[in-house]
Amino acid sequence: MRGLIAVLLLLSGSAFGQVKLAYVGEISGQLAVSGGNFRDGIILAVEEINARGGMLKQKLDLTLYDTQTNPGVARAQMQKAIDGEPYTIFGPVLSGNVKVTLEIVKQAEVPQFIGGEAADLVTLGNPYMFRTSFGQQIGMPKIANYIRDELKAKSIALIWVNNDFGKAGRDQLLRVLKERDIRLAADVSTEAGQVDFAADVVKLKSANADAVFVYSNEEECARIMREARKQGLKGPFVGDTTLLSQKTIELAAEAANGVVGHVGLTVDAPIPEVKAFGERFQKRFKYKPDHNGLKGYTAVYAMRYVTEKKLGKLDRKALAKTLHGLTITPKEEPGILMETTWNDVGEIDRISFLAEVVKGQQQIVKVLPKLGK
Amino acid sequence: MLPAFFILIGTHTFGLPFWLAAILGGVATLILLGLAFKKVMVDPMIHHGVLPLVIATIGLAILMKEAVREFYGADAWPFPALWATTDVTLFGAVFAVQSLLILATCIVVVGALQLFLAGTLTGRCMQAAAQNPAVARLLGIRVERMILYTFLINAALVWIAALLVTPIYLAKFTNGEILGLYAFIAALIGGFNQVRGAIVGGLLLGVIDNFCAVYVSSSYRMAVPLLVLIAVILVRPQGLLGRVEERTV
Amino acid sequence: MGIGILALAGAFLLVAPLGLKPYGIFILSMWAVMTIAAIGLNLTLGYAGQISLAQAAFVGIGAYVTAWLTTKGAWPFWPTYALGFASCFAVGWILGYPALRVQHHYLAFVTLAFNTLVYLVFRNEEWLTNGIYGISNVPRPSLFGFSLKGGREFYYFCLANLVFVSLAAWWLIRSPWGRAFVAVRENPIRALSLGVDTRRYTLMAFAIGAGLGGISGALYAPLTQFVDPTPFALGLSLNLLLMVVLGGSGYFFGPFLGAIVAVLLPEWLRFAQGYYLMGYAVLVMVMMAFWPTGLLGLADRLLKK
Repeated sequence: MRGLIAVLLLLSGSAFGQVKLAYVGEISGQLAVSGGNFRDGIILAVEEINARGGMLKQKLDLTLYDTQTNPGVARAQMQKAIDGEPYTIFGPVLSGNVKVTLEIVKQAEVPQFIGGEAADLVTLGNPYMFRTSFGQQIGMPKIANYIRDELKAKSIALIWVNNDFGKAGRDQLLRVLKERDIRLAADVSTEAGQVDFAADVVKLKSANADAVFVYSNEEECARIMREARKQGLKGPFVGDTTLLSQKTIELAAEAANGVVGHVGLTVDAPIPEVKAFGERFQKRFKYKPDHNGLKGYTAVYAMRYVTEKKLGKLDRKALAKTLHGLTITPKEEPGILMETTWNDVGEIDRISFLAEVVKGQQQIVKVLPKLGK
Repeated sequence: MLPAFFILIGTHTFGLPFWLAAILGGVATLILLGLAFKKVMVDPMIHHGVLPLVIATIGLAILMKEAVREFYGADAWPFPALWATTDVTLFGAVFAVQSLLILATCIVVVGALQLFLAGTLTGRCMQAAAQNPAVARLLGIRVERMILYTFLINAALVWIAALLVTPIYLAKFTNGEILGLYAFIAALIGGFNQVRGAIVGGLLLGVIDNFCAVYVSSSYRMAVPLLVLIAVILVRPQGLLGRVEERTV
Repeated sequence: MGIGILALAGAFLLVAPLGLKPYGIFILSMWAVMTIAAIGLNLTLGYAGQISLAQAAFVGIGAYVTAWLTTKGAWPFWPTYALGFASCFAVGWILGYPALRVQHHYLAFVTLAFNTLVYLVFRNEEWLTNGIYGISNVPRPSLFGFSLKGGREFYYFCLANLVFVSLAAWWLIRSPWGRAFVAVRENPIRALSLGVDTRRYTLMAFAIGAGLGGISGALYAPLTQFVDPTPFALGLSLNLLLMVVLGGSGYFFGPFLGAIVAVLLPEWLRFAQGYYLMGYAVLVMVMMAFWPTGLLGLADRLLKK
């Protein structure tokens, strides 16, 4: 029955000469910055592909669905998106929203490129799910190595946001720190959307650790950094992608200077294709994209590459099957920007970067190799 | 939250210098949150009792939040600080200039408010109007006007608060929720009919909140001010410093 | 005329899913579930006059009881459904005690605090609730061997529950209990002097309202098949309160109408996006300023003229 419907879909799709795509993501609400970047990355890629004649000579037709960063709304909007019978779904970016929609996407058998980074997402058994950036279980060991080898820190004071993203990241970090015999001197939980971090920073300060690890969303990261500087908390400050993102730097202003950390994706990467993407994006949307812009953009090109070069037809199941274990290089598909590999559960592998904020700019200190090499 | 965005609109959209935008933002706050709020919302609703007013206020909060989101975006914005963000060393401890100046401003504002309420004729008329409107009216006090003054003062205080905290907290459309709740709780704990009550409530709340965050569990921090509030409500419903009011049966 | 509208609405609810896509059916199911919670709140607020900002906490408790027991405990659905109701009833009874001491906005704050506390327990006590990760794969039950897995089947199940709850509430309001609730709301001292045990009825109003919240939660969990703490924060409590008041608190069909405005209309008016919420907020304010009895109170007045 499902097969029949799929065939009918394909026929109707080609009859209109359009391939339907859906973005179900955080356009408003708490995570609007990340979701907005992801969306604009997708829009840019779709516009570029359409300007060059589309995919398999058909135009891409993107519909946007706003989850409002709310799981209940996400569930409803994902159902609406699936009712529209898209060829591929992009988003959500918030890990919790990925989880709340997991069952229906799995049942609908539509390939999905998620923005969520919570470690457990790919273990939940949706064979159609693909990441667009590292899960935390891949990012965290890289940071832990940096803390041990470069900072030579023996103890860490951790401040994290108590939502699914922050909690999962904290659990992963604790695990890898323990493996490396680094002591956790403070473990400070904060709320999403929290504005006053005075007490939390006092706690970090009294922990007297060798380094401070900040793990939260962009705006909260900026507020924490401002409060930390105000109270004269000495770093070094370490973090993952969000702490070094463009938005955080802009909001925290000089308080962000000197922050170091691991960045999965960044437009400041010393790679010409990525830089060129950053310029195109800025020209189109009048702001500098963060890593989510890159995630959305490369996901669309991954879909196109497999559909056009590997399959030659619109086939959801084959798309998912082919992408498992596939490596795409910029030589084969310029839009992928960096060599990228998906493993058999949809986890992603590419190079990543160590960066530092210098005078309000993110600068790449070191390029970290792919794990699979 | 709203005054901060008035000021941002002034500087970003109209390109005004910060001080001018701050003053215009203050005027807009007085008109909208003081005058309009009183005339349009409170006046027609006050005879229906407290509950409709509370619910309408929830509606107003949604409206302001959504309007800012729709017309100004969901992003947080940096907000210029009134003073340099440097540190000074006093008596061997390091203080941020910003915190000291915020504290100083608070003391000045509170002192002025107390003087005004207790020392001037208008101030005493306002107190009289609040405590017993009927008698106040008999004595020739223009109760309506006095109530309007309280709303205007309230709006002005909100504006000052916005100028003080937004450089640290950043301007974002959801900021009002948590801060407004804390302010309300502080007033309840201290006692509604006293300036001193609000200050004691605010201080107590701030100290307890921060102590709990540091020494107990930060993941239950959100509940602490509320639990304090429940304790106060159940034991001393008029607030710590409040006077007992006649309660409707 | 009322009966005509009722019949029409009933016919629509029965036929609607046949012409709707899964998304529409999901939204309708959500409407039924939320209406049940709002009926509960209407009993507490509208009939007994006790403001409560804790209804979301009870929906949450009901949802977690069902989700936890049907997944980890591998219990069948019905015992968890009953347990969801019973536990909320018991907790609601206890929450009623502060209402014996304080009223109005004080009571609003006590219940608000309770809601926040319950949310934090959901989130922080990982051993019990799986914390922020939530509980996924909540199974949908079957009835007399008939699987309710499909969206349409589950919708009819929710609808049947709504009808059952409505009938029970209808009976309750017309019983001496319901009349005692109203007496407590209108004039507690007179009620007391007439020999009504106001204490017991105040607690009862809280407990029953909370219990219906629990039933709503027990349906919510298998409807979304995923339970995490975020939906049960204060926002939902405020939303339910607005539903009841906007529809007409103290009117039997108030919650139905309020839930339509709060749950269904936003989906139909999706094109209006942010403006919808602004319009909703303005509607709430205008209603409160001029017709604090809600939409049904307004209709009542117009009809009587």
